[in-house]
Amino acid sequence: MQAAVPGPSAAPDGPAGPSSPLEATHRAAGATMTDFAGWQMPLRFAGDLAEHRAVRERAGLFDLSHMAQLEVTGPEAAAALDGALVSAASRLRVGRARYTMITAIDGGILDDLIVYRLDEHEFLVIANAANRLTVLDELTNRSEGRQVAVVDRTPHRALIAIQGPAAAGVLAPLIDADLSALKYYASVSASFDAHVPTLVARTGYTGEDGFELAVPAAAATDVWARLLDAGAEAGVQACGLASRDSLRLEAGMPLYGQELTAALTPFEVGLGRVVHLDHEFLGRDALAERSEHPTGTRLIGLRGDGRRAARAGSEVLAAGSVIGAVTSGVLSPTLGHPVAMALVTAADQDTVAVGQVLDVDVRGRFQQMTVTELPFYRRPATT
Amino acid sequence: MSVPADRQYTAEHEWITVADGVATVGITAYAADALGDVVYVDLPSVGDSVTAGGTCGEIESTKSVSELYAPVTGEVLSVNSEVVDSPELVNSAPYEGGWLFTVRIEAEGDLIDAAAYTEITKA
Repeated sequence: MQAAVPGPSAAPDGPAGPSSPLEATHRAAGATMTDFAGWQMPLRFAGDLAEHRAVRERAGLFDLSHMAQLEVTGPEAAAALDGALVSAASRLRVGRARYTMITAIDGGILDDLIVYRLDEHEFLVIANAANRLTVLDELTNRSEGRQVAVVDRTPHRALIAIQGPAAAGVLAPLIDADLSALKYYASVSASFDAHVPTLVARTGYTGEDGFELAVPAAAATDVWARLLDAGAEAGVQACGLASRDSLRLEAGMPLYGQELTAALTPFEVGLGRVVHLDHEFLGRDALAERSEHPTGTRLIGLRGDGRRAARAGSEVLAAGSVIGAVTSGVLSPTLGHPVAMALVTAADQDTVAVGQVLDVDVRGRFQQMTVTELPFYRRPATT
Repeated sequence: MSVPADRQYTAEHEWITVADGVATVGITAYAADALGDVVYVDLPSVGDSVTAGGTCGEIESTKSVSELYAPVTGEVLSVNSEVVDSPELVNSAPYEGGWLFTVRIEAEGDLIDAAAYTEITKA
């Protein structure tokens, strides 16, 4: 048996590099670790499927300390971010957050980000681990000459997410802020367990209700243990990056490096809505041009029958011609059938419209998959 | 993780037991653990000829896909329909109920004993 698609890395110790303050905790818990952008992070604890189901049915705890936490502060912080990002940070109200992107001058996506406005002149930018230094450099360069400081807080912080229908109930008693008043994509500064200064945000990457907690690195092990302990009765489970990937894929959320690359603009991947063309930013002219003249490349959802899943790289064909490739694919644990996202280029967009059946070359065997709306999974409406 | 001494192995993490010229083939606990939750197995069909060292199927977990190599050359006599219906058997009972298929042996491939296989898993 040999891996045809990359699986977990076998490096036991990994190269010297940044490490999560929770790394020793995860190893002690018996987690299978993996290298992620130079970080040793938990791939799984109890098992991918059990963790995936825990998040859909109860709640799961994720260590996301590898994600970049970049602080942008100063009297011109809003103006600097406006010029650096595709959406206007200055229009964010204090306490709210926005999903956005940073692009190159040609409109190519350098990273997707969440920007939190913590105060009038204080923002937190969460970037992907692999793009930390790129985003740090770009934000610094694009702020030049302005009264703003861009500081990388990643090494001194941890990011812990609790996601799932039980998340709010488990977290609420531990936080001295009213979580029921905290809207989706909003954040609040609070104390965790009466002593840990915590930024609580109602954001996530799983398709479930949930929260992300930015805490000092020194408090990470306490916060992690306390949440696991407090959530034990509700069935909260420690989760790794494997289940995080299958959860985000079911929820139709793109991943940088898979669906998003510097060769694409937000318009090809169906995220044109995050681009505010009515403000000046680096890449605006190229994106304005692209919004008027689409390339014919787009990100689509595909669903298959049976259990054999198309994976990243599987070619997608229409009428015998290759029109693109799968960017992420999995046998959906929640839905029970294969799902995939694919980037396709079609002269006639009807070829890839919802309901069309395409052929996918799944490791040498053609399987039919049907174009379907994203996301594949939407959580049940709360009452 | 102990490696049963009552069978032979390949460097690609398959195991075989042999009785009356028929090999029963599975994957090792080490491999199953590295894969994570197995959600799909694609096995050869009864009557197929498989060649030692050649690919003859796939094992998929939520995160990855691995090719299955035939440890011996011969004709496939049976496949484990239980493992097709319940792929999690590969994780829960890799050396017992998680067996994959049987082959009438015409020729053996490169097989190693439990001690040599254990060395591989430690490398």
